[in-house]
Amino acid sequence: MIILQALVNGIVSGTLLAVPAIGFTAMFAVLRFPNFSVSGVATLGAFAGYLAYGAGLQMAGSLAAAFAVAGIAGLAFDKVAHLPLIKQGALPAAIASIATGLILENVVRLGFGNEPRGYDRPIARDVFIGDIRVSPQQVETMGLALLLMLLVFTALAFTRIGKAMRASADNPELAALKGIRPERIAMLASFVGMGLVGVGGMLLGLDSSIDPLTGTRILLSLFAAAVLGGLGSVPGAVLGAFLIGMAEELSVLVVGSQYRAAVGFVAILLVLTLRPRGLLGERAY
Amino acid sequence: MLSYLLFIATIGGIYGLLALSLNLIWGGVGMVNLGLAGFFAVGAYASALLTTIGHAPIPAGWLMALVAGGFAGLVVTLSTTRLREDYLAIVTLGFAEAVRLIASNEIWLTRGTDGISGIPGPWKRALGPDFNAVYFLIVVLALLVVFFLMRRIDRSPYGRALRAIREDAQVAQVAGKPVLRFKTEAFVLSAAIAGLAGALYGHFTSYIAPDMFLPLITVYIFLAVASGGTGRPAGALVGAYMVMTLLESSRFFVEWIPGVTAVQRAALKELLIAVALIVVLRLKPSGILPERMPPAPRPS
Repeated sequence: MIILQALVNGIVSGTLLAVPAIGFTAMFAVLRFPNFSVSGVATLGAFAGYLAYGAGLQMAGSLAAAFAVAGIAGLAFDKVAHLPLIKQGALPAAIASIATGLILENVVRLGFGNEPRGYDRPIARDVFIGDIRVSPQQVETMGLALLLMLLVFTALAFTRIGKAMRASADNPELAALKGIRPERIAMLASFVGMGLVGVGGMLLGLDSSIDPLTGTRILLSLFAAAVLGGLGSVPGAVLGAFLIGMAEELSVLVVGSQYRAAVGFVAILLVLTLRPRGLLGERAY
Repeated sequence: MLSYLLFIATIGGIYGLLALSLNLIWGGVGMVNLGLAGFFAVGAYASALLTTIGHAPIPAGWLMALVAGGFAGLVVTLSTTRLREDYLAIVTLGFAEAVRLIASNEIWLTRGTDGISGIPGPWKRALGPDFNAVYFLIVVLALLVVFFLMRRIDRSPYGRALRAIREDAQVAQVAGKPVLRFKTEAFVLSAAIAGLAGALYGHFTSYIAPDMFLPLITVYIFLAVASGGTGRPAGALVGAYMVMTLLESSRFFVEWIPGVTAVQRAALKELLIAVALIVVLRLKPSGILPERMPPAPRPS
């Protein structure tokens, strides 16, 4: 029964983790460097959502605020700091993205200090299904996360711009020949990818509290989800996020909660040693 | 004032060791280590534990730090050398986080977030106030040894092979260079040096805790190598002292701004370092001492 409860918790946290993992992996597919500023952007999104929620917006509106602020910040930093360096290779851009993540984290720290803050959500009684405990709030956030993912998948599969994005990720030269403007696709990937990361930061902060290191704490799980599914693969990131979410919850039963975060690192090492392309392979939309 | 300068110079020297370590793989082979802070921590903890709990002499601790750092480097590279460079970036970044996690939670060994205090310094009691000066000389000695080793590697056929791998690993492979072995060796050596730097740090401050090994240190060292000159040991050294100067002068600068709390001051300092790194990477990626490519010796 404890195991079943852990699995349910894992599915919930996996759903929330999937949102920023899609953002990270989609940016990697299009822009071709690992953008480490996701830690700072997730924190920024969490705080933007916190302010919006405090100002009286509903949950969906607050998530939209988190998306917009994080997306704009991600776009701006890609333009100013990361993409100009990509000519020198993926690594300088990746290193610069550590610095931009640090900038965002400290901007939040300047404004809000280090004290943890909580979203003041109305308290609701947990619901029991059999012996499994679920809180209505978890169901709400999970539903919003699923809706968002559905939106992303529909956009990628059916819209012109989504197809252009997939084409550009698959083969940039060929896509450019077909009249797809690579800079536009890059900008879109930065905005939407980081928007999702910002929303993810907020979703993962909803049940606990947020502080300037909120994003840093989810970094390992986020990378693990993306690497496990195959770096650059959007469905892979979702699968990876569910697996990491469940593995983390199950690990609590075995080694205790303090090593929850280490699960991600172990998963990365195992995947890279045994199946480096990840479960679904790179760039498999 | 003198003891303050000696303190700064010693910490700067330790950053110099880290910068040489990073320069060997980043400047030399074109590999990246975003978990430098983790290897630094591994060395610091290895030496501190051996000399406090194990009561071993300090040089044994330093040796242990070299071995432990190198071993950690081997573990990290084994799973990633065959893969693209961005995977190594992710794994090393994760490694540093994992090290901090272990140091915070294995309380029976590392005393958790309380940290390890009372790490012995060489001849500390006998030297009294002169300890800082003597320790500075020890760090300088270590720095010189590593510096000349790096220079030797830089100018040797081995160093040229490493640079060939950096420029184009496939060509190097076709030319018969064992690319995987060279990459692993360079990374292990680099990680061992970072471990040694950690040990020197721990025995100097006599106290270490998981909070001292934040990713921020990695950013400092990248700033040092990038601003000093990637691919040149002297550049790494100059860069390390430039970063130290920037850090210390920014401390006076932020104290001078009225109406900010201690947390905000720390945040401003970190902001400054991060902005500096981006500015250097964008405007002067070759640094102030750009790499010199020594001509290959002509066959006689």
